[in-house]
Amino acid sequence: MSEFEPKIVAFFCNWCTFTAADLAGTSRLSYPPNIKIIRVMCSGMVDPKFVLKAFLNGADGVLVGGCWPGDCHYINGNFKARRRVALLTEVLKQYGIDEQRFWLRWIAASEGNMLKEVADLMTAKLKELGPSPLQQMGQMVG
Amino acid sequence: MATFAKLSFNKDELNKELSGFFKGILENGAVDAVLAPMAQGKKGVRLSLITSAASSGAVDPFAPVAAVSGAKIASSLTARPSGRKVAMVLRPCEIRAVVELVKLKQVNLDDVLMIGMDCLGRYENTDFAKFQEQGGTSESFLEKAQAGNTASGDFDVAGACKICEFPAAANVDLRLCAIGSGGGTVHIEAVTEKGQAALEKSGLKIGDNPSGRDEAVKKLVAVRTEAKDKKFAEFRAETNTFQALGEKLSACINCYNCRVACPVCYCKECVFVTDTFRHTGDQFMMWADKGGMLKMPNDTIFYHLTRITHMSLFCVGCGQCTSACPNDIDLMPLFRTSADKTQAKFSYQAGRSVEEEQPMAGFESDELFEVTGQAK
Repeated sequence: MSEFEPKIVAFFCNWCTFTAADLAGTSRLSYPPNIKIIRVMCSGMVDPKFVLKAFLNGADGVLVGGCWPGDCHYINGNFKARRRVALLTEVLKQYGIDEQRFWLRWIAASEGNMLKEVADLMTAKLKELGPSPLQQMGQMVG
Repeated sequence: MATFAKLSFNKDELNKELSGFFKGILENGAVDAVLAPMAQGKKGVRLSLITSAASSGAVDPFAPVAAVSGAKIASSLTARPSGRKVAMVLRPCEIRAVVELVKLKQVNLDDVLMIGMDCLGRYENTDFAKFQEQGGTSESFLEKAQAGNTASGDFDVAGACKICEFPAAANVDLRLCAIGSGGGTVHIEAVTEKGQAALEKSGLKIGDNPSGRDEAVKKLVAVRTEAKDKKFAEFRAETNTFQALGEKLSACINCYNCRVACPVCYCKECVFVTDTFRHTGDQFMMWADKGGMLKMPNDTIFYHLTRITHMSLFCVGCGQCTSACPNDIDLMPLFRTSADKTQAKFSYQAGRSVEEEQPMAGFESDELFEVTGQAK
Protein backbone atom coordinates (compact mmCIF):
# COMPACT_ATOMS: atom_id res chain seq x y z
CA MET A 1 0.00 0.00 0.00
CA SER A 2 1.29 3.42 -0.87
CA GLU A 3 2.03 5.86 1.88
CA PHE A 4 -0.82 8.05 3.10
CA GLU A 5 -0.60 11.48 1.50
CA PRO A 6 -2.51 14.06 3.52
CA LYS A 7 -4.50 16.71 1.75
CA ILE A 8 -3.90 20.11 3.26
CA VAL A 9 -6.03 23.06 2.24
CA ALA A 10 -3.99 26.21 2.71
CA PHE A 11 -5.44 29.72 2.79
CA PHE A 12 -2.56 32.11 2.21
CA CYS A 13 -2.76 35.85 2.39
CA ASN A 14 -1.85 37.62 -0.81
CA TRP A 15 0.70 39.95 0.72
CA CYS A 16 2.85 37.78 2.93
CA THR A 17 2.36 34.04 2.94
CA PHE A 18 1.40 33.67 -0.70
CA THR A 19 4.37 35.81 -1.65
CA ALA A 20 6.49 33.58 0.56
CA ALA A 21 5.23 30.57 -1.37
CA ASP A 22 6.20 32.37 -4.56
CA LEU A 23 9.62 33.08 -3.12
CA ALA A 24 10.03 29.45 -2.09
CA GLY A 25 9.29 28.56 -5.72
CA THR A 26 11.63 31.06 -7.29
CA SER A 27 14.30 30.08 -4.76
CA ARG A 28 13.86 26.50 -5.97
CA LEU A 29 13.01 25.27 -2.50
CA SER A 30 10.87 22.20 -2.81
CA TYR A 31 7.99 21.73 -0.42
CA PRO A 32 5.45 18.91 -0.29
CA PRO A 33 2.69 19.01 -2.92
CA ASN A 34 0.20 18.07 -0.20
CA ILE A 35 -0.39 21.77 0.38
CA LYS A 36 -3.16 23.00 -1.92
CA ILE A 37 -2.95 26.75 -1.83
CA ILE A 38 -5.95 29.04 -2.05
CA ARG A 39 -4.92 32.65 -2.34
CA VAL A 40 -6.98 35.08 -0.27
CA MET A 41 -6.45 38.78 0.17
CA CYS A 42 -5.98 38.53 3.94
CA SER A 43 -5.94 35.86 6.63
CA GLY A 44 -8.66 37.99 8.20
CA MET A 45 -11.05 37.11 5.38
CA VAL A 46 -10.85 33.38 6.00
CA ASP A 47 -14.43 32.73 6.98
CA PRO A 48 -14.89 29.87 9.46
CA LYS A 49 -17.16 28.37 6.78
CA PHE A 50 -14.15 27.94 4.46
CA VAL A 51 -12.40 25.89 7.10
CA LEU A 52 -15.47 23.88 8.03
CA LYS A 53 -16.21 23.11 4.41
CA ALA A 54 -12.63 21.98 3.82
CA PHE A 55 -12.78 19.54 6.72
CA LEU A 56 -16.29 18.35 5.87
CA ASN A 57 -15.15 17.65 2.31
CA GLY A 58 -12.36 15.47 3.58
CA ALA A 59 -9.32 17.69 4.05
CA ASP A 60 -6.84 16.17 6.48
CA GLY A 61 -5.58 19.54 7.56
CA VAL A 62 -6.20 23.23 7.10
CA LEU A 63 -3.41 25.78 7.19
CA VAL A 64 -4.06 29.49 7.37
CA GLY A 65 -1.08 31.68 6.58
CA GLY A 66 -0.93 35.39 7.31
CA CYS A 67 1.43 38.29 7.90
CA TRP A 68 3.27 38.63 11.17
CA PRO A 69 1.59 40.84 13.79
CA GLY A 70 2.16 44.44 12.85
CA ASP A 71 2.77 43.63 9.17
CA CYS A 72 -0.83 43.11 8.00
CA HIS A 73 -1.50 44.94 4.76
CA TYR A 74 -4.93 45.77 6.17
CA ILE A 75 -3.44 46.78 9.54
CA ASN A 76 -5.13 44.16 11.75
CA GLY A 77 -6.76 41.43 9.66
CA ASN A 78 -4.36 38.86 11.07
CA PHE A 79 -5.38 39.67 14.65
CA LYS A 80 -8.99 39.06 13.72
CA ALA A 81 -7.95 35.82 12.06
CA ARG A 82 -6.24 34.74 15.26
CA ARG A 83 -9.40 35.20 17.34
CA ARG A 84 -11.46 33.37 14.75
CA VAL A 85 -9.05 30.47 14.59
CA ALA A 86 -9.04 30.25 18.38
CA LEU A 87 -12.83 30.19 18.37
CA LEU A 88 -13.18 27.59 15.65
CA THR A 89 -10.54 25.37 17.24
CA GLU A 90 -12.63 25.28 20.42
CA VAL A 91 -15.64 24.15 18.39
CA LEU A 92 -13.87 21.52 16.27
CA LYS A 93 -11.92 19.96 19.14
CA GLN A 94 -15.02 18.36 20.60
CA TYR A 95 -15.59 16.40 17.39
CA GLY A 96 -12.08 15.15 16.88
CA ILE A 97 -10.39 17.90 14.86
CA ASP A 98 -7.88 19.67 17.03
CA GLU A 99 -5.08 22.17 16.65
CA GLN A 100 -2.84 19.43 15.24
CA ARG A 101 -4.90 19.52 12.05
CA PHE A 102 -5.83 23.18 12.00
CA TRP A 103 -2.90 25.60 11.92
CA LEU A 104 -2.50 29.33 11.78
CA ARG A 105 1.05 30.50 11.06
CA TRP A 106 2.64 33.86 10.42
CA ILE A 107 4.92 33.70 7.39
CA ALA A 108 6.36 36.92 5.97
CA ALA A 109 6.91 37.60 2.27
CA SER A 110 10.64 37.16 2.80
CA GLU A 111 10.31 33.84 4.58
CA GLY A 112 10.27 31.37 1.71
CA ASN A 113 12.37 29.02 3.77
CA MET A 114 9.90 29.18 6.61
CA LEU A 115 7.07 28.36 4.27
CA LYS A 116 8.92 25.24 3.26
CA GLU A 117 9.56 24.42 6.90
CA VAL A 118 5.88 24.79 7.89
CA ALA A 119 4.72 22.77 4.87
CA ASP A 120 7.21 20.01 5.71
CA LEU A 121 6.26 19.99 9.37
CA MET A 122 2.53 19.96 8.81
CA THR A 123 2.71 17.24 6.19
CA ALA A 124 4.85 15.09 8.47
CA LYS A 125 2.54 15.68 11.42
CA LEU A 126 -0.54 14.70 9.41
CA LYS A 127 1.18 11.60 8.06
CA GLU A 128 1.77 10.63 11.65
CA LEU A 129 -1.85 11.37 12.63
CA GLY A 130 -3.31 9.58 9.64
CA PRO A 131 -6.39 10.48 7.62
CA SER A 132 -8.95 12.90 9.00
CA PRO A 133 -11.60 11.14 11.09
CA LEU A 134 -14.19 12.51 8.69
CA GLN A 135 -12.89 10.38 5.86
CA GLN A 136 -13.82 7.25 7.73
CA MET A 137 -17.45 8.21 7.32
CA GLY A 138 -17.15 6.98 3.77
CA GLN A 139 -19.36 9.62 2.25
CA MET A 140 -19.44 13.32 1.80
CA VAL A 141 -20.36 14.73 5.13
CA GLY A 142 -22.16 17.94 5.71
CA MET B 1 -29.13 48.44 49.37
CA ALA B 2 -31.92 47.01 47.37
CA THR B 3 -35.44 47.81 48.42
CA PHE B 4 -38.38 45.47 48.27
CA ALA B 5 -42.11 45.79 48.18
CA LYS B 6 -44.08 42.84 49.43
CA LEU B 7 -47.04 41.63 47.49
CA SER B 8 -49.28 39.25 49.40
CA PHE B 9 -52.01 37.46 47.59
CA ASN B 10 -54.94 35.25 48.39
CA LYS B 11 -55.39 31.99 46.56
CA ASP B 12 -55.85 32.51 42.81
CA GLU B 13 -55.18 36.21 43.13
CA LEU B 14 -51.47 36.44 42.34
CA ASN B 15 -52.10 37.82 38.89
CA LYS B 16 -54.69 40.23 40.21
CA GLU B 17 -52.13 41.68 42.62
CA LEU B 18 -49.46 41.84 39.92
CA SER B 19 -51.82 43.50 37.50
CA GLY B 20 -52.46 46.11 40.20
CA PHE B 21 -48.74 46.85 40.18
CA PHE B 22 -48.60 47.23 36.39
CA LYS B 23 -51.75 49.31 36.46
CA GLY B 24 -50.04 51.54 39.02
CA ILE B 25 -46.94 52.17 36.96
CA LEU B 26 -49.03 52.83 33.84
CA GLU B 27 -51.47 55.15 35.57
CA ASN B 28 -48.83 57.10 37.44
CA GLY B 29 -46.77 57.68 34.34
CA ALA B 30 -43.70 55.65 35.34
CA VAL B 31 -44.01 54.02 31.90
CA ASP B 32 -46.19 54.42 28.82
CA ALA B 33 -46.43 50.73 28.07
CA VAL B 34 -45.86 47.33 29.61
CA LEU B 35 -44.68 44.26 27.74
CA ALA B 36 -45.65 41.29 29.85
CA PRO B 37 -46.84 37.70 29.54
CA MET B 38 -50.60 37.76 29.39
CA ALA B 39 -53.30 35.10 29.27
CA GLN B 40 -54.94 34.85 25.87
CA GLY B 41 -58.52 33.92 26.51
CA LYS B 42 -58.62 30.54 28.18
CA LYS B 43 -55.62 29.08 26.42
CA GLY B 44 -52.06 30.13 26.10
CA VAL B 45 -49.96 32.92 27.51
CA ARG B 46 -48.11 35.32 25.24
CA LEU B 47 -46.10 38.45 25.69
CA SER B 48 -48.45 41.35 25.10
CA LEU B 49 -47.86 45.03 24.73
CA ILE B 50 -50.17 46.91 27.06
CA THR B 51 -50.61 50.65 26.69
CA SER B 52 -53.82 51.12 28.65
CA ALA B 53 -53.95 50.52 32.40
CA ALA B 54 -57.46 49.16 31.99
CA SER B 55 -56.12 46.36 29.79
CA SER B 56 -53.61 44.99 32.24
CA GLY B 57 -56.03 42.62 33.96
CA ALA B 58 -54.90 39.37 32.38
CA VAL B 59 -51.16 39.61 32.99
CA ASP B 60 -49.56 36.34 34.01
CA PRO B 61 -45.82 36.99 34.38
CA PHE B 62 -44.97 33.74 36.14
CA ALA B 63 -46.69 31.46 33.62
CA PRO B 64 -44.22 28.66 32.91
CA VAL B 65 -44.08 29.14 29.16
CA ALA B 66 -42.11 31.24 26.67
CA ALA B 67 -43.61 30.69 23.26
CA VAL B 68 -40.86 32.74 21.65
CA SER B 69 -37.85 34.39 23.21
CA GLY B 70 -38.87 37.79 24.52
CA ALA B 71 -35.50 39.12 23.40
CA LYS B 72 -36.74 38.97 19.81
CA ILE B 73 -39.83 40.92 20.82
CA ALA B 74 -37.65 43.44 22.65
CA SER B 75 -35.69 43.84 19.44
CA SER B 76 -38.85 44.39 17.36
CA LEU B 77 -39.99 47.05 19.80
CA THR B 78 -36.79 48.98 20.25
CA ALA B 79 -34.42 48.47 17.32
CA ARG B 80 -36.26 51.39 15.76
CA PRO B 81 -37.47 53.00 18.99
CA SER B 82 -40.88 54.51 19.56
CA GLY B 83 -39.62 57.05 22.09
CA ARG B 84 -42.22 55.83 24.58
CA LYS B 85 -41.18 54.35 27.89
CA VAL B 86 -41.86 50.66 28.12
CA ALA B 87 -41.55 48.24 31.01
CA MET B 88 -40.53 44.78 29.85
CA VAL B 89 -41.22 41.76 31.99
CA LEU B 90 -38.81 39.11 30.79
CA ARG B 91 -37.17 35.91 31.93
CA PRO B 92 -33.50 35.88 32.93
CA CYS B 93 -32.48 34.09 29.72
CA GLU B 94 -34.40 36.60 27.63
CA ILE B 95 -32.72 39.48 29.42
CA ARG B 96 -29.31 37.94 28.91
CA ALA B 97 -30.07 37.67 25.19
CA VAL B 98 -31.23 41.29 25.26
CA VAL B 99 -27.82 42.27 26.67
CA GLU B 100 -26.14 40.62 23.70
CA LEU B 101 -28.54 42.24 21.25
CA VAL B 102 -27.84 45.66 22.76
CA LYS B 103 -24.20 45.18 21.84
CA LEU B 104 -25.25 44.21 18.32
CA LYS B 105 -27.38 47.36 18.12
CA GLN B 106 -30.52 45.30 17.73
CA VAL B 107 -32.06 46.36 21.03
CA ASN B 108 -32.10 49.86 22.46
CA LEU B 109 -32.63 50.11 26.22
CA ASP B 110 -32.90 53.92 26.43
CA ASP B 111 -36.62 53.93 27.12
CA VAL B 112 -36.86 50.54 28.74
CA LEU B 113 -37.62 49.75 32.35
CA MET B 114 -36.37 46.18 32.59
CA ILE B 115 -38.26 43.92 34.94
CA GLY B 116 -36.80 40.47 35.43
CA MET B 117 -38.82 37.64 36.84
CA ASP B 118 -37.54 34.74 38.87
CA CYS B 119 -37.61 31.76 36.58
CA LEU B 120 -38.21 28.25 37.79
CA GLY B 121 -38.42 26.96 34.24
CA ARG B 122 -40.82 26.86 31.37
CA TYR B 123 -42.78 24.08 29.74
CA GLU B 124 -42.63 23.42 26.03
CA ASN B 125 -45.54 25.12 24.31
CA THR B 126 -47.52 21.94 23.78
CA ASP B 127 -46.84 20.81 27.34
CA PHE B 128 -48.01 24.15 28.68
CA ALA B 129 -51.31 23.62 26.90
CA LYS B 130 -51.64 20.28 28.69
CA PHE B 131 -50.65 21.95 31.94
CA GLN B 132 -53.47 24.44 31.52
CA GLU B 133 -55.93 21.71 30.62
CA GLN B 134 -55.00 19.91 33.82
CA GLY B 135 -55.88 23.07 35.71
CA GLY B 136 -52.33 24.21 36.35
CA THR B 137 -51.78 27.88 37.15
CA SER B 138 -48.75 30.06 37.73
CA GLU B 139 -49.46 29.88 41.43
CA SER B 140 -49.60 26.11 41.52
CA PHE B 141 -46.43 25.98 39.43
CA LEU B 142 -44.53 28.39 41.69
CA GLU B 143 -45.54 26.46 44.75
CA LYS B 144 -44.57 23.05 43.37
CA ALA B 145 -41.43 24.23 41.61
CA GLN B 146 -40.12 25.89 44.74
CA ALA B 147 -40.42 22.58 46.47
CA GLY B 148 -38.22 21.22 43.70
CA ASN B 149 -40.96 19.50 41.75
CA THR B 150 -41.45 20.97 38.30
CA ALA B 151 -42.86 17.83 36.70
CA SER B 152 -46.53 17.71 35.92
CA GLY B 153 -47.91 14.41 34.75
CA ASP B 154 -45.76 13.00 31.95
CA PHE B 155 -43.92 16.21 31.20
CA ASP B 156 -41.44 18.48 32.90
CA VAL B 157 -39.88 21.87 32.27
CA ALA B 158 -37.62 22.21 29.23
CA GLY B 159 -34.24 20.52 29.38
CA ALA B 160 -32.60 23.91 29.05
CA CYS B 161 -34.32 25.15 32.21
CA LYS B 162 -33.23 22.17 34.27
CA ILE B 163 -29.60 23.06 33.67
CA CYS B 164 -29.95 26.85 33.72
CA GLU B 165 -27.79 28.44 36.38
CA PHE B 166 -29.49 31.84 36.09
CA PRO B 167 -32.87 31.58 37.82
CA ALA B 168 -32.68 35.19 39.01
CA ALA B 169 -32.30 38.02 36.54
CA ALA B 170 -29.40 40.44 36.46
CA ASN B 171 -29.11 43.70 34.49
CA VAL B 172 -32.62 44.73 35.51
CA ASP B 173 -34.25 47.75 37.08
CA LEU B 174 -36.83 45.74 38.96
CA ARG B 175 -37.08 42.11 39.89
CA LEU B 176 -40.21 40.05 40.43
CA CYS B 177 -39.04 37.74 43.17
CA ALA B 178 -40.77 34.48 43.88
CA ILE B 179 -37.87 32.31 44.99
CA GLY B 180 -37.67 32.21 48.76
CA SER B 181 -40.55 34.65 49.18
CA GLY B 182 -42.70 32.17 51.03
CA GLY B 183 -46.21 30.95 50.15
CA GLY B 184 -48.80 33.52 49.19
CA THR B 185 -46.15 36.18 48.67
CA VAL B 186 -43.98 37.61 45.96
CA HIS B 187 -41.64 40.55 46.29
CA ILE B 188 -40.81 43.33 43.88
CA GLU B 189 -37.22 44.44 44.25
CA ALA B 190 -35.89 47.78 43.05
CA VAL B 191 -32.38 47.21 41.77
CA THR B 192 -31.58 50.56 40.14
CA GLU B 193 -32.65 54.14 40.78
CA LYS B 194 -34.91 53.94 37.78
CA GLY B 195 -36.50 50.88 39.30
CA GLN B 196 -36.78 52.56 42.66
CA ALA B 197 -38.61 55.52 41.14
CA ALA B 198 -41.03 53.20 39.33
CA LEU B 199 -41.64 51.16 42.45
CA GLU B 200 -42.45 54.31 44.39
CA LYS B 201 -44.89 55.41 41.72
CA SER B 202 -46.63 52.03 41.70
CA GLY B 203 -48.20 52.86 45.03
CA LEU B 204 -47.00 49.67 46.73
CA LYS B 205 -45.75 49.83 50.29
CA ILE B 206 -41.97 49.59 50.37
CA GLY B 207 -40.15 47.58 53.01
CA ASP B 208 -40.11 44.00 54.25
CA ASN B 209 -37.28 42.08 52.65
CA PRO B 210 -37.67 38.42 51.78
CA SER B 211 -35.28 36.94 54.30
CA GLY B 212 -34.92 33.52 52.71
CA ARG B 213 -34.31 34.69 49.16
CA ASP B 214 -30.53 34.77 48.80
CA GLU B 215 -30.18 31.37 50.38
CA ALA B 216 -32.94 29.86 48.21
CA VAL B 217 -31.50 31.29 44.99
CA LYS B 218 -28.06 30.00 45.89
CA LYS B 219 -29.44 26.54 46.55
CA LEU B 220 -31.30 26.45 43.25
CA VAL B 221 -28.24 27.64 41.33
CA ALA B 222 -26.19 24.89 42.93
CA VAL B 223 -28.71 22.21 41.96
CA ARG B 224 -28.91 23.43 38.39
CA THR B 225 -25.16 23.86 38.02
CA GLU B 226 -24.67 20.29 39.10
CA ALA B 227 -27.28 19.15 36.58
CA LYS B 228 -25.58 21.25 33.90
CA ASP B 229 -22.17 19.76 34.53
CA LYS B 230 -23.66 16.28 34.36
CA LYS B 231 -25.51 17.01 31.13
CA PHE B 232 -22.41 18.54 29.53
CA ALA B 233 -20.27 15.55 30.51
CA GLU B 234 -22.86 13.16 29.09
CA PHE B 235 -23.21 15.02 25.81
CA ARG B 236 -19.47 15.41 25.38
CA ALA B 237 -18.84 11.74 26.04
CA GLU B 238 -21.45 10.51 23.58
CA THR B 239 -20.91 13.17 20.88
CA ASN B 240 -17.17 13.30 20.44
CA THR B 241 -16.81 12.50 16.75
CA PHE B 242 -18.26 13.85 13.55
CA GLN B 243 -19.90 10.47 13.09
CA ALA B 244 -21.72 10.84 16.40
CA LEU B 245 -22.60 14.44 15.60
CA GLY B 246 -23.99 13.34 12.24
CA GLU B 247 -26.14 10.77 13.99
CA LYS B 248 -27.40 13.38 16.47
CA LEU B 249 -28.38 15.60 13.57
CA SER B 250 -29.63 12.86 11.27
CA ALA B 251 -33.25 13.99 11.58
CA CYS B 252 -32.37 17.56 10.56
CA ILE B 253 -34.30 18.73 7.52
CA ASN B 254 -32.67 22.14 7.12
CA CYS B 255 -35.84 23.96 8.10
CA TYR B 256 -33.69 26.47 10.01
CA ASN B 257 -36.33 26.81 12.72
CA CYS B 258 -33.58 26.67 15.34
CA ARG B 259 -31.96 29.81 14.04
CA VAL B 260 -35.30 31.58 13.63
CA ALA B 261 -36.11 30.79 17.25
CA CYS B 262 -32.61 31.66 18.47
CA PRO B 263 -32.63 35.09 20.12
CA VAL B 264 -28.94 35.70 19.43
CA CYS B 265 -28.70 34.48 15.83
CA TYR B 266 -28.16 38.04 14.76
CA CYS B 267 -27.84 38.09 10.95
CA LYS B 268 -30.63 39.84 9.11
CA GLU B 269 -30.29 37.32 6.34
CA CYS B 270 -28.80 33.93 7.02
CA VAL B 271 -26.08 32.94 4.58
CA PHE B 272 -27.66 29.51 4.26
CA VAL B 273 -30.65 30.96 2.43
CA THR B 274 -28.56 33.10 0.09
CA ASP B 275 -27.26 32.23 -3.36
CA THR B 276 -24.04 30.99 -1.74
CA PHE B 277 -25.94 27.81 -0.97
CA ARG B 278 -28.09 27.63 -4.07
CA HIS B 279 -25.95 25.06 -5.79
CA THR B 280 -26.34 23.80 -9.32
CA GLY B 281 -27.34 20.27 -10.21
CA ASP B 282 -23.78 19.65 -11.37
CA GLN B 283 -22.46 20.55 -7.98
CA PHE B 284 -24.71 18.07 -6.18
CA MET B 285 -23.81 15.36 -8.70
CA MET B 286 -20.13 16.03 -8.17
CA TRP B 287 -20.49 15.71 -4.39
CA ALA B 288 -22.51 12.53 -4.77
CA ASP B 289 -19.86 11.15 -7.14
CA LYS B 290 -17.20 11.73 -4.56
CA GLY B 291 -18.48 9.21 -2.06
CA GLY B 292 -21.07 7.44 -4.20
CA MET B 293 -23.94 9.16 -2.44
CA LEU B 294 -25.02 12.43 -0.87
CA LYS B 295 -27.61 12.76 1.86
CA MET B 296 -30.22 15.32 0.89
CA PRO B 297 -30.93 17.93 1.97
CA ASN B 298 -27.20 18.32 2.42
CA ASP B 299 -25.10 20.70 4.46
CA THR B 300 -26.82 19.91 7.75
CA ILE B 301 -23.69 19.48 9.88
CA PHE B 302 -22.16 22.40 8.02
CA TYR B 303 -25.12 24.56 8.90
CA HIS B 304 -25.11 23.71 12.59
CA LEU B 305 -21.36 24.14 12.96
CA THR B 306 -21.51 27.48 11.16
CA ARG B 307 -24.25 28.57 13.49
CA ILE B 308 -22.08 27.57 16.43
CA THR B 309 -19.21 29.71 15.18
CA HIS B 310 -21.60 32.62 14.82
CA MET B 311 -23.67 32.46 17.97
CA SER B 312 -21.94 30.27 20.54
CA LEU B 313 -20.24 33.28 22.11
CA PHE B 314 -23.68 34.80 22.71
CA CYS B 315 -25.58 31.63 23.56
CA VAL B 316 -27.59 32.16 26.73
CA GLY B 317 -28.84 28.59 26.94
CA CYS B 318 -32.53 29.42 26.59
CA GLY B 319 -33.27 26.19 24.75
CA GLN B 320 -35.55 27.77 22.14
CA CYS B 321 -33.59 25.83 19.50
CA THR B 322 -34.68 22.52 20.97
CA SER B 323 -38.23 23.78 21.38
CA ALA B 324 -38.38 24.88 17.75
CA CYS B 325 -37.12 21.66 16.20
CA PRO B 326 -39.96 19.89 14.41
CA ASN B 327 -38.06 16.61 14.56
CA ASP B 328 -37.27 16.64 18.26
CA ILE B 329 -33.52 17.01 17.92
CA ASP B 330 -32.25 18.16 21.29
CA LEU B 331 -30.04 20.96 19.99
CA MET B 332 -29.59 22.85 23.23
CA PRO B 333 -26.70 20.70 24.55
CA LEU B 334 -24.96 20.95 21.19
CA PHE B 335 -24.95 24.73 21.31
CA ARG B 336 -24.47 25.06 25.04
CA THR B 337 -21.47 22.72 25.27
CA SER B 338 -19.72 24.64 22.48
CA ALA B 339 -20.76 27.96 24.02
CA ASP B 340 -19.27 26.84 27.31
CA LYS B 341 -15.89 26.27 25.60
CA THR B 342 -15.83 29.30 23.33
CA GLN B 343 -17.01 31.72 26.00
CA ALA B 344 -14.43 30.35 28.43
CA LYS B 345 -11.70 30.75 25.81
CA PHE B 346 -12.37 34.49 25.71
CA SER B 347 -13.30 34.84 29.40
CA TYR B 348 -16.65 36.01 28.16
CA GLN B 349 -20.09 35.28 29.46
CA ALA B 350 -23.10 35.91 27.29
CA GLY B 351 -25.51 38.30 28.93
CA ARG B 352 -23.24 39.29 31.79
CA SER B 353 -22.80 42.96 30.97
CA VAL B 354 -23.47 45.42 28.18
CA GLU B 355 -20.04 46.89 28.85
CA GLU B 356 -18.21 43.69 27.97
CA GLU B 357 -17.06 43.73 24.34
CA GLN B 358 -18.10 40.79 22.19
CA PRO B 359 -14.90 38.81 21.51
CA MET B 360 -15.17 38.79 17.72
CA ALA B 361 -15.73 42.55 17.70
CA GLY B 362 -12.17 43.28 18.76
CA PHE B 363 -8.65 41.98 19.20
CA GLU B 364 -5.45 42.57 21.12
CA SER B 365 -1.98 42.42 19.67
CA ASP B 366 -0.80 40.80 22.85
CA GLU B 367 -2.90 37.65 23.17
CA LEU B 368 -3.51 34.07 22.06
CA PHE B 369 0.12 33.33 21.31
CA GLU B 370 -0.64 29.65 21.66
CA VAL B 371 -2.66 29.74 18.42
CA THR B 372 0.39 30.10 16.18
CA GLY B 373 2.97 29.01 18.71
CA GLN B 374 5.27 31.62 17.20
CA ALA B 375 6.81 34.23 19.45
CA LYS B 376 7.80 37.68 18.41
